[in-house]
Amino acid sequence: MEYKVIVGLEIHVQLCTRTKMFCGCAVEFGQEPNSRVCPVCLGMPGVLPVMNKQAFEYAVLVGLALNCEIPGFTKWDRKSYYYPDLPKNYQISQYDLPLSRNGFIEIPLKSGRSKRIRIIRAHLEEDAGKNLHSAGNYSQVDLNRTGTPLLEIVTEPDLNNGVEARALGVELQRIVRFLGVSEGDMQKGQMRFEPNINLVISRDGREYRTPIVEIKNLNSFRALERSIDYEEQRQLAEFLESGKVIEMGNKTTRGWDDQREVTVLQREKEEAHDYRYFPEPDLVPVELDKRWLEEIRSGLCELPITRQMRYVNEYKLSDYDAGVLTSERAISDFFDEAVKAGGDPKRVCNLLTQEGLRIAKERGSSIAELGIKAENVAKLAGLVESGTVSASASAPIFMQMVETNKDTWSIVNELNLIQKSDAGELEAIVEQALADNPDAVKDVTSGGKKSKKARGFLLGQVMQKTKGQANPKVVSEILTKKLG
Amino acid sequence: MEEFSARQLRERIAAGEVNSVEAVKGVFKRIDELEPTIGAYISTCRERAMERAAEVDGRIAAGEQVGELAGVPVAVKDNMCTTFGATTCASKILENFHAPYNATVVEKLLAADAVIVGKTNMDEFAMGSSTENSGLKQTVNPWDTSRVPGGSSGGSAAAVAGRLCYAAIGSDTGGSIRQPASFCGVVGLKPTYGRVSRFGLVAYGSSLDQIGPITRTVGDAALMMNVIAGHDPADSTSVDEETAGLCDYLAKLDEPIEKLKIAIVPEFNAGAAEAVTKALAEAIEVYKNLGAEIVEIDMAHLDYAIAAYYVIATAEASSNLARYDGVHYGHRSEKAADYVEVYTKSRAEAFGKEVKRRIMLGTYALSSGYYDAYYLKALKVRNLIRGDFAEAFEQCDCIMMPVSPTAAFKIGEKVDDPLTMYLCDIYTIAVNLAGIPGISIPCGFDGESLPIGLQILGSAFDEDRLLRIARMFEAQTNWNEKKPPIVE
Ligand SMILES: [Zn+2]
Repeated sequence: MEYKVIVGLEIHVQLCTRTKMFCGCAVEFGQEPNSRVCPVCLGMPGVLPVMNKQAFEYAVLVGLALNCEIPGFTKWDRKSYYYPDLPKNYQISQYDLPLSRNGFIEIPLKSGRSKRIRIIRAHLEEDAGKNLHSAGNYSQVDLNRTGTPLLEIVTEPDLNNGVEARALGVELQRIVRFLGVSEGDMQKGQMRFEPNINLVISRDGREYRTPIVEIKNLNSFRALERSIDYEEQRQLAEFLESGKVIEMGNKTTRGWDDQREVTVLQREKEEAHDYRYFPEPDLVPVELDKRWLEEIRSGLCELPITRQMRYVNEYKLSDYDAGVLTSERAISDFFDEAVKAGGDPKRVCNLLTQEGLRIAKERGSSIAELGIKAENVAKLAGLVESGTVSASASAPIFMQMVETNKDTWSIVNELNLIQKSDAGELEAIVEQALADNPDAVKDVTSGGKKSKKARGFLLGQVMQKTKGQANPKVVSEILTKKLG
Repeated sequence: MEEFSARQLRERIAAGEVNSVEAVKGVFKRIDELEPTIGAYISTCRERAMERAAEVDGRIAAGEQVGELAGVPVAVKDNMCTTFGATTCASKILENFHAPYNATVVEKLLAADAVIVGKTNMDEFAMGSSTENSGLKQTVNPWDTSRVPGGSSGGSAAAVAGRLCYAAIGSDTGGSIRQPASFCGVVGLKPTYGRVSRFGLVAYGSSLDQIGPITRTVGDAALMMNVIAGHDPADSTSVDEETAGLCDYLAKLDEPIEKLKIAIVPEFNAGAAEAVTKALAEAIEVYKNLGAEIVEIDMAHLDYAIAAYYVIATAEASSNLARYDGVHYGHRSEKAADYVEVYTKSRAEAFGKEVKRRIMLGTYALSSGYYDAYYLKALKVRNLIRGDFAEAFEQCDCIMMPVSPTAAFKIGEKVDDPLTMYLCDIYTIAVNLAGIPGISIPCGFDGESLPIGLQILGSAFDEDRLLRIARMFEAQTNWNEKKPPIVE
């Protein structure tokens, strides 16, 4: 018996516009309940929606990044269902003419390769509010989130395990962050996943498909991966026990229990939900002409995975380092700029991943906000590369660049960190050190256990005398010459 | 003073000849006298009106600039949101609803220094043709108190006819301004869809609803249009002025249209009562005498208008009215045991019969498996009707037809027969489907001294010409000067 896991994803991404999708309320997380609302998002009698143009452009930008077709005409529809967190009892969404369709996303796999996952569609809608059930025998509704622009992305069932689903999630997060259209913060619910999972099982020359399970509202990559892995095992066991296969109407909905790490049945049979979609009469259709589309397209940048591949292939960086550099657009842009200014990619990478990210993290900011110039980082990389300063001296230099924003050269001079590599000059210092430490010299020349340690001691003495500015490589050579 | 038109009153107030406080007092004297009989208002705001009137008078006395409706007492249909008083839509579900904002139209009236005296009765959520579907009260026709004032803007029309205000605002989804105007012997204009902002108008059929004036004269309708028309960024369906420029509707009002070409649809008019067809023929005679040319046209798809309308309007209504669920505002059942029952019981208790009927019709039309057969088909018919009108307006300046097959009918006569009631909308409904403007002006009386209206339809965004055509007739006749016996 063999089987394959089939997973399709529905992903909701909140767009980080200043205001909501159809009204002027601020999009802000963690505010006092019902403090970011107005008659429009409260669904008061008589109100009308007005489309947030920025949200539409953000959504189109994601569509472009996902290689989708962007039709020149798209419209809004009402999706009807009753729920207390939905004040109008219909959601403004897009039904048959979404703003983008038929695209794909490349997701990075472990081996440095990538896999193409097809995108069915991405459309814009308004988020619902939140029902809170902590008040006793009644529920409370917070409508701050109501009307937040929400991009729904639907993939084909091209994923085959939890790891791939996770990779897609991470990649999508990276894309929306790169494009600056969403913070993609999972803890704030800015990205939510709903995988549809089933198995294709081959047994005795026959193929069986298990009933599809939809897992609702996952808001961490871990939950996404684990829940799919769990379902894989659960569905397999269920099939072996009951032989149940896919049928019309036997799709079920399950939730993820984060504590117990299991999926829990929520709805036995997918009720034949009739959302009674019809065109939203309060909004005019959106006509996206070529000029506007090109204007939006100009906001597009080289995508993170493309950059990551370039860093690995062209610059011979490790997959890990390339991943770190492309985790945020600001870092990646900075890196590219420093390389463009002549910095050796590997050295620049080391400076950024070791010093830059550390300092940025300490200060709770990003590399771009540290105030250093990419060309100065390139210069520093050059100085390390040429041996003018030691690798260990680059840390204080980098810090000083952040503190003062002075030119790299003046910092190096001020700190007196130019590495001494002049053999003649160093030879005198070495001789002095040997003369001062005859015991150590004896230990080295006599060989044996203490030899290595004594050699290190002598090297240290030289470094001390030069205040760390001696090129250790040169000193070591001289020592070898003198002591054999 | 009571017989001044809104325009005359405004001119005299602005000139300091009369004052707004006197006008408002006069209106409230009439309200005290006649409102118990007519029942035009759901709520009035006497104190507020008096204060505003005094303030306008004060500004005039101080020599300040005042607005186009300075000091004029006006009424607003109770489906337009106001921060003062309740906005009920004549429904128990919103009986105690106080809106947190003003409709754009209300803002415009206030900015023009109008004095709003009250909110008028209507069919619940504007669903009806007689105001009998009001969940809150009964309004009668000032011409015959045993008869309906028409609907759904019956309160506004009755208030204007009964001298309970100088002008009023109504809304028209399938004839709800024009038909009550004709039943009450006043002028009612439904502007082009998109001409007046719907922001703050409680939606019934969003793609059909349009706000317009109900007045005693064509000039007053033009004056009201000057105040309320125009693009509103809060209403995406309101037309921008680049596409359809605004104009001063009063500027050329008295200039007749030269070489006026009027179209009639003889086949279509055949269903009207004899008195109605007679009044129509006489009205057309008046235009002929003014040199107008009459052409007979055929509109192939008008017969399907009622069917298409009741699918589209109810479908939109079923969705628009979903928000009245007892959760966030409005009536909430005290018998609900869980949240689903909050919905079902609140709605069951507070919606009236006709509203429930239309919600069910609309829900059905949108349901999966029926959508294509009903809603989609209705949209196709709508497009054909639009095409019919577009074609017609290539041959004529306007189309004339009755407003309603009969004059005002008796209260209770048709309440148990919704289908017959729906069929009364035959002449008004296509106009909403096509989105074009239509006006009803008084053109005579039937054998029982009940007013009859003449309906004139114009091409989209050409309210200016439509008003001028209406004015041509008004200038030749005196039908609009007749008063209901109750105010004599
Ligand atoms: Zn809002």
